[in-house]
Amino acid sequence: MSDQSSAKAPPKRSFLQSLEIDLRLLGMIGAFLAVCIVFNLLTDGRFLTPRNIFNLSIQTVSVAIMATGMVFVIVTRHIDLSVGALLATCTAVMGMMQTTWLPDIVGLELGHPLIPWITIVAGLLIGALIGAAQGWLIGYHGIPAFIVTLGGLLVWRNVGWYLTDGATIGPLDKTFILFGGINGTLGATWSWIVGIVAAAISLFFIWSGRKTKIRHGFPVKPMWAEFTVMALIAGAILGFVATLNAYTVPTRVIARNPALFGCETGEGCVAAYGIPYSVLVLIAVAIVMTVIALRTRLGRYIFATGGNPDAAELSGINTRFLTVKIFAMVGVLCALAGIIASARLGYHTNDIGTLDELRVIAAAVIGGTALSGGVGTIYGAIIGALIMQSLQSGMAMVGVDAPYQNIVVGAVLVLAVWIDIQYRKRLGGKS
Amino acid sequence: MSTPLVEMKNVSISFGGVRAVDDVSIDLHAGEVVGLLGHNGAGKSTLIKMLSGAYKMDSGEIWIEGNKATINSPRDSRDYNIETIYQTLALADNLDAASNLFLGRELTTPFGFVDDSRMESETRKIMARLNPNFKKLKEPVSALSGGQRQSVAIARAVYFNAKILIMDEPTAALGVHETAMVAELIGELKKQGLGIFLISHDTREMMELCDRVAVMKNGQLIGSERVEDVTEDDILSMIILGKNPKAAA
Repeated sequence: MSDQSSAKAPPKRSFLQSLEIDLRLLGMIGAFLAVCIVFNLLTDGRFLTPRNIFNLSIQTVSVAIMATGMVFVIVTRHIDLSVGALLATCTAVMGMMQTTWLPDIVGLELGHPLIPWITIVAGLLIGALIGAAQGWLIGYHGIPAFIVTLGGLLVWRNVGWYLTDGATIGPLDKTFILFGGINGTLGATWSWIVGIVAAAISLFFIWSGRKTKIRHGFPVKPMWAEFTVMALIAGAILGFVATLNAYTVPTRVIARNPALFGCETGEGCVAAYGIPYSVLVLIAVAIVMTVIALRTRLGRYIFATGGNPDAAELSGINTRFLTVKIFAMVGVLCALAGIIASARLGYHTNDIGTLDELRVIAAAVIGGTALSGGVGTIYGAIIGALIMQSLQSGMAMVGVDAPYQNIVVGAVLVLAVWIDIQYRKRLGGKS
Repeated sequence: MSTPLVEMKNVSISFGGVRAVDDVSIDLHAGEVVGLLGHNGAGKSTLIKMLSGAYKMDSGEIWIEGNKATINSPRDSRDYNIETIYQTLALADNLDAASNLFLGRELTTPFGFVDDSRMESETRKIMARLNPNFKKLKEPVSALSGGQRQSVAIARAVYFNAKILIMDEPTAALGVHETAMVAELIGELKKQGLGIFLISHDTREMMELCDRVAVMKNGQLIGSERVEDVTEDDILSMIILGKNPKAAA
């Protein structure tokens, strides 16, 4: 019966097996740390400074957000080559909306408090619509995703151009640019609060997960392993917050507007940036996408369809509508990434997001998403984006020439996939 | 006689110019096992795929328990308590046994999230009944043996209280011991009053398991006879020659 297995003594397990940490996750974190340490040595310790870690985080956000959506696309055996162009169309619409359309046509004054929010909603809607339209062509008309989104790459890149006449649009709204990174951060106190709450919530979920397992009579890992994992997670969250809080605002920036940092004068005022809003957005996206992937029917159907499209169809899953939903989701994420990318620059530029499609696909693939479908994780894609960005900015800091930078990134992409394939062969999986 | 569980009346379907199933009428009663026999490409699988909703018939009618049924998709078919074990098993190889068992019908928590723990414990229960050796609940089904995969597919059909069960070559991938287990299961389900369509190539096995055999050739139904009324040779000649010796006699 069902309690047969638990009656037997559990077999001896190694340290890592007891922790039940995914080996692949461990490998990716290891690779990321290796990249960081190597660059830190090459740059005499300039790579792992709070300032550079802060910059790395905000540079990664835009690609990482889109990469989480790309995971679902690739898992269902599709591809989306249009994400960079889609991002450009969305930022073009949002740029025009806040600088021209809303002030001139609707009559809202520049700087009106509603402008950024109307803009953001419009941008997300446009992204969803374009994504859904592409998904409809792929799902209901059977045009390969490669073709639809290759067409989309040309179309949306140039719709953006057409909307703005190729001009740089800006400066963008003061509230809008808060999502860009350094312009909008939580400050030290709030960062600590967010960090502590986040750590507490993660610990709570680990604990309640354990209790659910016990209730159903499933084996659980030993107590010490549970506490080790909890300590690692809480340590990682609080360590990240501490690092960001260690990056203090330069005194000349404070001197410009001391009130902004809670000081009377610039003299002797110390303030930290803390967690950028854009990083919070990425964390929220990561949580939502992970919950979708693991805890909802939608996610289950995405992975089932990727594993065996015929079986999904025969199980009564509407795989066509599923395709529309996935591409609409990617559209929304492109718009969200567009908000962050354009807010970071302070402008919509005509070439915004160029080649992002390749970075996003590379991030997802480095993160262990299999192009054959059915396999992929959200956290993997985000770590993949981090690795790509670290390589790129690390090499720039070391002073590697531009052509070599791309050669290295390209080689790393291929190497990462090769390692992943070897790893899976060892496991004996067929994928 | 009582109302048949399933009546397929004058069912036809074509692919391109080929009439894969040509004006076939067949019925199935509660507690009865009807075997479908014929060469590869005779139209057996196509016929039952119209009942399971995988294909949409061009013409004809399906009646379930005396009511006319509309089956346009696998979901419709499930709503009529029809469960199918496909020849290909139709498993998502990257998911574990529980996810496959409940695919399309996941158990959810009050918040609408999938309830993996409950699905896993339900899977443990049914697997303990069907295949006590089954232990690999956490692994993706691609890591399972042919027999274990088959038992996942069977569990999926049995779990949801089917009234009508379609089994397309359920023993093709199985060893002797597992085949015997399937035979036993078929007997048990029959006693519970299910109607079963069984497709197989093994004429002898069909004679043992079925109450009635229906033979198809080139998309047409050659004949449907009670097993006690025919010999194995009669059936073979129906399959090969496409003639029903009983009807001729």
